[in-house]
Amino acid sequence: MMTIEEFGRRLRAREVSAEQATEACLQRIEAENATLNAFIRVTADDARQAARERDRELAAGHDRGPLHGVPISIKDLIDMRGLPTTAASRVREGHVAARDAAVITHLREAGAVFVGKTNLHEFAFGTTNEDSAFGPARNPKDPSRSPGGSSGGSAASVAAGMALATIGTDTGGSIRIPAAACGIVGLKPTIGEVSTDGVVPLSRTFDHVGPLAQNVTDAFLLFHALLGDHIAAPPAPMPLHGVRIAVLRKYFCDVLDEDVRARFEEAVARLRDAGVHVDEIAIRHADLVSAIYLHISLPDAAAYHALTLDTMPERYTPNVRMRLEMSRYLLAEDYARALAGRDALRREVDAALAQHDALLVPTLPIPAPPIGAATVEVAGQSQQVRAMMLRLTQPFNVSGHPVVSMPAGTTRTGLPVGVQLVGCRQQTDALLRIALACEPTISKL
Amino acid sequence: MTIEAWLKAAIADAETRKLPELKALLEALAKSTTALRQADFNDDARR
Repeated sequence: MMTIEEFGRRLRAREVSAEQATEACLQRIEAENATLNAFIRVTADDARQAARERDRELAAGHDRGPLHGVPISIKDLIDMRGLPTTAASRVREGHVAARDAAVITHLREAGAVFVGKTNLHEFAFGTTNEDSAFGPARNPKDPSRSPGGSSGGSAASVAAGMALATIGTDTGGSIRIPAAACGIVGLKPTIGEVSTDGVVPLSRTFDHVGPLAQNVTDAFLLFHALLGDHIAAPPAPMPLHGVRIAVLRKYFCDVLDEDVRARFEEAVARLRDAGVHVDEIAIRHADLVSAIYLHISLPDAAAYHALTLDTMPERYTPNVRMRLEMSRYLLAEDYARALAGRDALRREVDAALAQHDALLVPTLPIPAPPIGAATVEVAGQSQQVRAMMLRLTQPFNVSGHPVVSMPAGTTRTGLPVGVQLVGCRQQTDALLRIALACEPTISKL
Repeated sequence: MTIEAWLKAAIADAETRKLPELKALLEALAKSTTALRQADFNDDARR
């Protein structure tokens, strides 16, 4: 499948039209969605019409920039005017968005073509996409496995060629987890950088909006479009020699699948060979991340869902309902402790980055798990799938730092492995420049 | 409120609300809360 960058070149060379690219995506959806269940709603007619309008505009000399005519999908947690935002839940039955989310407004202005809205873990409250009112989305690499979550349908749509890219949300890892599980790139920007206006919240403290794409260049283009910057050009490549990267081993490499560990170590070795200065450091309170995350995100979720838990509990999927009910029991004093923990963690990640350009950690400790599995065996020990999926991504939702997850080869059975590069807060562009430089080394394992 | 007292009250409330499935989740949450309360970043009025 074409990347956004390649499509843009060919579009402007008149080798392909927006209508043709959109039609190709719609044909892939027609062929694969019954298996993958990536889309909740396909907006084929609107997409065809929008693509033809973009082609007419370009022919008339109106070029909106890198996303002009690009067919993309949207996680069904994000409002699009005139369409339901289901959040993959029966609780939302009857909803129709009165206006576009801020990011959709920006994407329309940038000329993107929306092919449909994608499946997710109900209300983004899960990591596997199994608990959805529309049934589970499936991983294109192996449909018996989860595509990750909560933006599972989004990642599957890109990995299966149903869209050139997609927009997801990330509260504990919901962009990076499915990106890693499906073998694509995912970007969680700095907290607060991209507007969440018009996005159904999970935790207003930790929610992020960001792109999932085929490569880092495409993620850069989408990220800038989400900011309202429609004409950004990708940065020039920078040399890897002299870049300083810190590998976090304590906690982050304590529990890893054997093949994930092997791919991660290969990535580190290749970066060293390419001239990167690699240090090893630790984040002191990393092992408390889960407790900090839970005691902030759960009260946020409980507050949002309190009314519907009381009035229509049967409309939630059972697992999501029970976790939301659990969330209502947390004490205010423990929430305050978690806020103190968040501040401590943020300072520690800031300090780690003071002497380094980026931090490097695996994205998922395990490959995409089988659908329905509650536990997996990792290095001879049984582990909870949910805890494994969140373990390495949620630290940076808590700290707020920008993170790119990119492919780093596959397991012996062909399942994708991902690694994360973490950058300084408010310096997402600088992180993306480093990721662009590292991508040929890391992603060609 | 101690974690033991909190857990006991929470489980009793869940049972009153006919949500016995919550017991295991609340017990897991109690372990997480214990870890959070033992962290050295917490305030202490004696310090």
